[in-house]
Amino acid sequence: MRDCIVGILALQGAVQDHEAPFARLGVQTIQVRHREELERVDGLVIPGGESTVMGRFLHDYGLIKPIKARIREGMPVWGLCAGAIVLCQEVDGGPGCLGLLPARARRNAYGRQLSSFEEEVDTAVGPFPGIFIRAPRLEPLGDTEAMGWRRDQQSSTHRGDAVLLRNGKVLAASFHPELSGDDRLHAYFMTLFS
Amino acid sequence: MREKLNKGFAQMFKNGVIMDVTNTEQAKIAEDAGACAVMALERVPSDIRAMGGVARMSDPGMIEAIMAAVSIPVMAKSRIGHLAEARILEALGVDFIDESEVLTPADDEAHIDKKSFSVPFVCGARDLGEALRRIQEGASMIRTKGEAGTGNVVEAVRHLKTVNRQLAELAGMDTAALSEKAQEYRVTPELVRQVRDLGRLPVVTFVAGGIATPADAALMMMLGSEGCFVGSGIFKSQNPARTARAVVEAVINWQDPKRLVEISRGLGEPMRGLEIKTLETAMASRGI
Repeated sequence: MRDCIVGILALQGAVQDHEAPFARLGVQTIQVRHREELERVDGLVIPGGESTVMGRFLHDYGLIKPIKARIREGMPVWGLCAGAIVLCQEVDGGPGCLGLLPARARRNAYGRQLSSFEEEVDTAVGPFPGIFIRAPRLEPLGDTEAMGWRRDQQSSTHRGDAVLLRNGKVLAASFHPELSGDDRLHAYFMTLFS
Repeated sequence: MREKLNKGFAQMFKNGVIMDVTNTEQAKIAEDAGACAVMALERVPSDIRAMGGVARMSDPGMIEAIMAAVSIPVMAKSRIGHLAEARILEALGVDFIDESEVLTPADDEAHIDKKSFSVPFVCGARDLGEALRRIQEGASMIRTKGEAGTGNVVEAVRHLKTVNRQLAELAGMDTAALSEKAQEYRVTPELVRQVRDLGRLPVVTFVAGGIATPADAALMMMLGSEGCFVGSGIFKSQNPARTARAVVEAVINWQDPKRLVEISRGLGEPMRGLEIKTLETAMASRGI
C-alpha cells in the first residue's frame, strides 16, 4: 500500500486538502488533470468542488472512458460530495457523469449553504465527524452497500440517510472527512488497494 | 459557530473561477463554461465606473432569478459596513456575501461584524494587515482587491505579492516582533501567531480586480492564488462564452504553457482595459 500512488482529480475543487491526510499515512499523491497522469496512478480521489465543472472537463479532456476502464479493471476510486455525484449512476433523475456506482444522487438535497450542517455520523470506521456542505443525498441501488449513516433523530433503532457508499472498490461519501483532520476514512480507502 | 462549514465551503471553490453575471442568460453561460460559482450583480464594475453615482446592493428579485437559473453557488455583494444589505442577502439565502469595495462604502469607519452572521463572507484586501482584519471580523475567504473594472492586472499582482511578502516576513519573528505586528495590523497577537505558524492565510485566498485574459488567470495561479474572480473581463469581451471557458481552462492548466497556447488562441478582443493612472475612482482604497 505504501508504494501506491493515489491520484487526486485536479480539474477543480478541494484538491490540496487530500494531500496532507494521505501524506500522514505515508501515501504518495499526484494531481490528475489529463490522461498521461491518470496512467501513473493506482487509485483516484474525486474531491469536493462543483460537480458540473468536473463533469464538463472529464468529458472534454477525454477522461471518462479511461477512468471507467481503470475502475472496471479494479482501480480503487473515492468520490466525495461533488466527486460522489460524478460517480453515481443516477443524478437528479438523469444519467450520472461516470455512472459507475449503482446509486442515486440528488444534488444540494439538504439545501444551499445556509443549510450546510455538521453532525456526528456512524460509519464502518466508527463514529465520525460529518461535515456536510451543500451536500447531495445518496441512495444505494443494487448491490451497493451503505457503510455510513446519519443518525435518526426520532429513533435509536432506525438509521438516517446513507452518507458513505461502497460497491467493490468504488467508495462515495456525501460529507468531507478531508476537512475534519480525522484520517480514518483515508486509511480505510487505502485498504481497498490490497 | 458555522466557521468550519463556511471556511470549508470556501475550500470547494479552489482551483476554480467565480464570474460576475448580471442576468440569468449570463449566469447560464458562466455555468456552462465551468464557473464554480457566480456573483450576481446589476452592473459589472466597468459599468459601475462608467455610470458613476452611488453603487448599491442589487435588486433581490434579480439575484433570486439567478439563484433559480443555475445549480452552482450564487454570491452577491453588499456595501462595506452595510449591515442591512448583508442581512437582506442572508435572508434571501445567497450562498456567500462579498462585502465589496466595488460598491460605494456605507461606513468609512467599520466593516460588517461578520461573526454575527450564518452566511459566509468574502472580503477584499491589499495587504496582510487588511486581510487579517477582515478574517478577525469573520471573513471565510479573502480576495485581493486589485482594481475592479479596469481589465488591468497590475494592482491585483501588487496586492497578492504584498500579502505573500508580508507572510514570509512573519516566518522569522519572535513573540515581541509578532505583538508589534499585531498592533500595526490592528489584530490580536493570537491571529498573527497562528498565521506565522501556518505560513499562509487561514482562509482560501483568491485574486480579483482586473483579470481579463486566460494568461492573466494563469499568472495569478503562478503567484500562488488558489483561484480567480473575474468581473468585467468575461462579459465585456468580444466573445464571453469562449473567454469564460478559456479562463477556467487556464486555471486548470496554469502549469502547462503548451496548453495555455491553445487556450489563448483566437478568443477575439478582450475587454478594452484602463490605465490605473487615469482612473477617477480607486476602488481599492475603499475600506479600512
